[in-house]
Amino acid sequence: MLKINEVILQTVTKVVVFIILTLAIYLFFSGHNAPGGGFIGGLVLASSFVLMLLAYDMETIRKGLPLDFKLVGASGALIVVLTGLGAIVFGEPFLKQAIFSFSLPLYGRVEFSTVTLFEAGVALAVVGVVVTIILSIAEDV
Amino acid sequence: MLSILLAIFLPFLAALLIILSSTYQFRHHIGWAVLIVPILLFIYFMRRLFDVADGETFYTTTNWIPSFSIHLSTYLDGLSLLFSLLITGIGTLVILYSIYYMTKDEQLKHFYVYLLLFMGSMLGVVLSDHVIVLYVFWELTSISSFLLIAFWYQRKGSRYGAQKSLIITVFGGFSMFIGFLMLHYVTGTFSIREMLLQADVIKNHDLFIPIILLLLLGAFTKSVQFPFHIWLPDAMEAPTPISAYLHSATMVKAGIYLVARFTPIFGGDMLWFWLVASAGMVTLFWAAFNAIRQTDLKALLAYSTVSQLGLIMSLFGVGSLAYHPDIQLSTVLLTQATFAALFHLVNHSTFKGALFMIVGIIDFQIGTRDLRRLSGLIYFMPISFTIALIGSFSMAGLPPFNGFLSKEMFFTAMLKLTQFDIFSVQAVINLFPVVAWIASVFTFIYSMTLVFETFLGEKKGKVTDETREPPFGMLISPIILASLVIIIFIFPNTLANYVLKPAVGSVYPFVDTNELGKIEHWHGFTAEFWMTVGIIVVGTILFLYRNQFKKAFLFFPYELSIDNVYNHALAYSEKLAKKMTNLYMTGYLRHYFSYIFLFIIIVIGGAFFALHIPFSIGENDQAISTFQWIIAVMIAVTAVTVPMVGSRLSAVLLTGFIGYLMAMNFVLFRAPDLALTQLIVETVSTSLFLLAFYFLPKWDIERAPFKWRNLLIAVSVGFVFTVIALAVNNNRLFESISSYYEKADELAGAKNIVNTILGDFRAFDTMLEAIVLFIAGIGIYALTKYKKAKGAGNVED
Repeated sequence: MLKINEVILQTVTKVVVFIILTLAIYLFFSGHNAPGGGFIGGLVLASSFVLMLLAYDMETIRKGLPLDFKLVGASGALIVVLTGLGAIVFGEPFLKQAIFSFSLPLYGRVEFSTVTLFEAGVALAVVGVVVTIILSIAEDV
Repeated sequence: MLSILLAIFLPFLAALLIILSSTYQFRHHIGWAVLIVPILLFIYFMRRLFDVADGETFYTTTNWIPSFSIHLSTYLDGLSLLFSLLITGIGTLVILYSIYYMTKDEQLKHFYVYLLLFMGSMLGVVLSDHVIVLYVFWELTSISSFLLIAFWYQRKGSRYGAQKSLIITVFGGFSMFIGFLMLHYVTGTFSIREMLLQADVIKNHDLFIPIILLLLLGAFTKSVQFPFHIWLPDAMEAPTPISAYLHSATMVKAGIYLVARFTPIFGGDMLWFWLVASAGMVTLFWAAFNAIRQTDLKALLAYSTVSQLGLIMSLFGVGSLAYHPDIQLSTVLLTQATFAALFHLVNHSTFKGALFMIVGIIDFQIGTRDLRRLSGLIYFMPISFTIALIGSFSMAGLPPFNGFLSKEMFFTAMLKLTQFDIFSVQAVINLFPVVAWIASVFTFIYSMTLVFETFLGEKKGKVTDETREPPFGMLISPIILASLVIIIFIFPNTLANYVLKPAVGSVYPFVDTNELGKIEHWHGFTAEFWMTVGIIVVGTILFLYRNQFKKAFLFFPYELSIDNVYNHALAYSEKLAKKMTNLYMTGYLRHYFSYIFLFIIIVIGGAFFALHIPFSIGENDQAISTFQWIIAVMIAVTAVTVPMVGSRLSAVLLTGFIGYLMAMNFVLFRAPDLALTQLIVETVSTSLFLLAFYFLPKWDIERAPFKWRNLLIAVSVGFVFTVIALAVNNNRLFESISSYYEKADELAGAKNIVNTILGDFRAFDTMLEAIVLFIAGIGIYALTKYKKAKGAGNVED
């Protein structure tokens, strides 16, 4: 990569990455009732990694994120399929999603849904694939 | 009775367990754990034995894809029980044998996962009542066979053999699939049992002949009938336990199972008879003839398997005539043929399994299977010699071994066949016993070659004084099989009453199986007896003068062989495919874009104007707001600027800018999800481009000179898209379906309709997209990581 002074970019990245990560998690959970969701959350998550890669070099990224993103992508795809199979175990059609909602005092309606698991799989698949692609291109010098 | 389904899936579950335990290092050979699976299944099927022998059948069904009426239906009757017992019984012995044959430094987990995969899918083939499910399992056996043949994938021969077997069997399997679809079209059901009830409907349908041809293509490719037999000798590259299991005892008999299963529909039809019987006869003869010239012991056994399968197939052809309307009176004579076929099927599994295992032992102990380098083994391996002797004599059809009984029954069937005068070409039918006899002489010769050339004579080649018997565990399975060869000879009727007759009963539901009579050891001085005597006499003479006799093979050079045809066809199709691909795969992105755009312009745009689809601006639409005008103009201006800027960086950023403008446009249309996605995708792809920036060639070099043609394509594609967008808005063909999705909160408990569609209503699409995305990612990874370095040689070999 071009060696120029990257101090400003690196300093900003250190702070901004956490904001992006928080945004990603926020977007992921808000997907149920507002814009967001697994795909968008995953992409935002991936974009924070891309930013880190632009600001630092490969070595730093590898040290900071000792993850095999191929595995992340694979486990995402697996979770997506497994949530579908989960419905079969309960005698429902493949990929039928279930919701459980109940009220908590002071907090109000709380919902649990298997869609969240499904979307988590989508998010992991997106993160894994996007980062895998970016890392393998960036490493290919 | 869900347990039959469980029995099919038990091997798959066991395979999954092995995969999940992949990091764990076993102290003992993993085969000991795997061995439990076939033993359990064998006991399970044995427990059904008496019920099935009493004529009971077991049917279960579970929904799989109910919307396409695809159900996991299983059906256990005499025929499927016979095959299930073979699969699990031989499976047990083979796995026991493989524990000693496969050393611990092999990739044992892969080996056993593939093996279990095969066992489960083979059980699925013989137990499924639903043709589509049967087809799925059928192809799974092809795939697991492919994986097992290519187990030592470092060898070129293994890869060649695996590819050949896959091409031929999947071609046949796919034909069979089309045949199944036709059967469904004719009968309106996917269930085999219900199809059997509608045999008359099928017989009178126009598609009758195509169905026969397609189904038999599947059966013949799988059961290696001439001319599709060429894949089996090459499949011998697989480890020997696999050859013994898949390529002699079970998988290659799937085609025979199919023929037997559908005999009640097609039986009695002359085309079916001629195809099945003559394919069997030609295979029997040709493969027995070719087996003699083989010098590799496994190749010899492969050809012998092909030939024996031909024998069984021809018997099923004769047996199918029992359904012929003109010969109802003497059906017993014909059902006897099917009886003989099933009997020989069991016998073949026992003696051929034992022989394969002995050849494996020779290979394991001495390091070669070449006949020319083996001799005098009898002094060092007496137990192996005894087993090989039993196996070979049974294969040659000599008493006191089980092969003798079924060979006699085979001759009986062929001789009886000539007595029916329902054939238009009686001369060909009269040839059947003659061909059968000659092929049996060849069988005798190669059986003798197998045992005597290897074990008798002076020690030579790789045989030394240090040659020993293998560890005793390795001998257990062949000893059991060899004992079975003798036990079945002594008590053939026990096997017949409990296993064979119920199986015959499921091929001929109208026949009382007690009429089949007993299997006799001695018929008196009949024609069959003299045929056997003749085989021994002529066979011995030819065996003694085999070196002169083998000169006959000089008349069959390689250039005339089917193998040669296959190799040439493969090479030619590869060349052609490469030529075709090189025609349009130029390596220039701009060419690919122009293909895509030209397609859109010609096909979609053409359809538009050919069908006179109306479109207009501003009639049904909302008024275009000022903001939208501004954005539209900005997008247009930026788009025109992109090709004119001086540096690549500006071009990339400007393209990104268009994306952001698009996102703003989505915001104006109150589509926040779309806008959000567009924004992020644009950001990520722009930064991806920046990452790749470093590797791209200089901007000036890559810039193509201005071309009118490109401008024309660009403008036309823009025009077509605009027209489509306008027309879509103007031509509502049906009510909008979005009102259904508005109930998202009520139906799925979520207020975001877009995400409810993605995650719930159309979750199947999303699931497949996630998987496709992952496959694409792995593809890119593989392309960048494992590409051939510049100037590097071919990776293969």
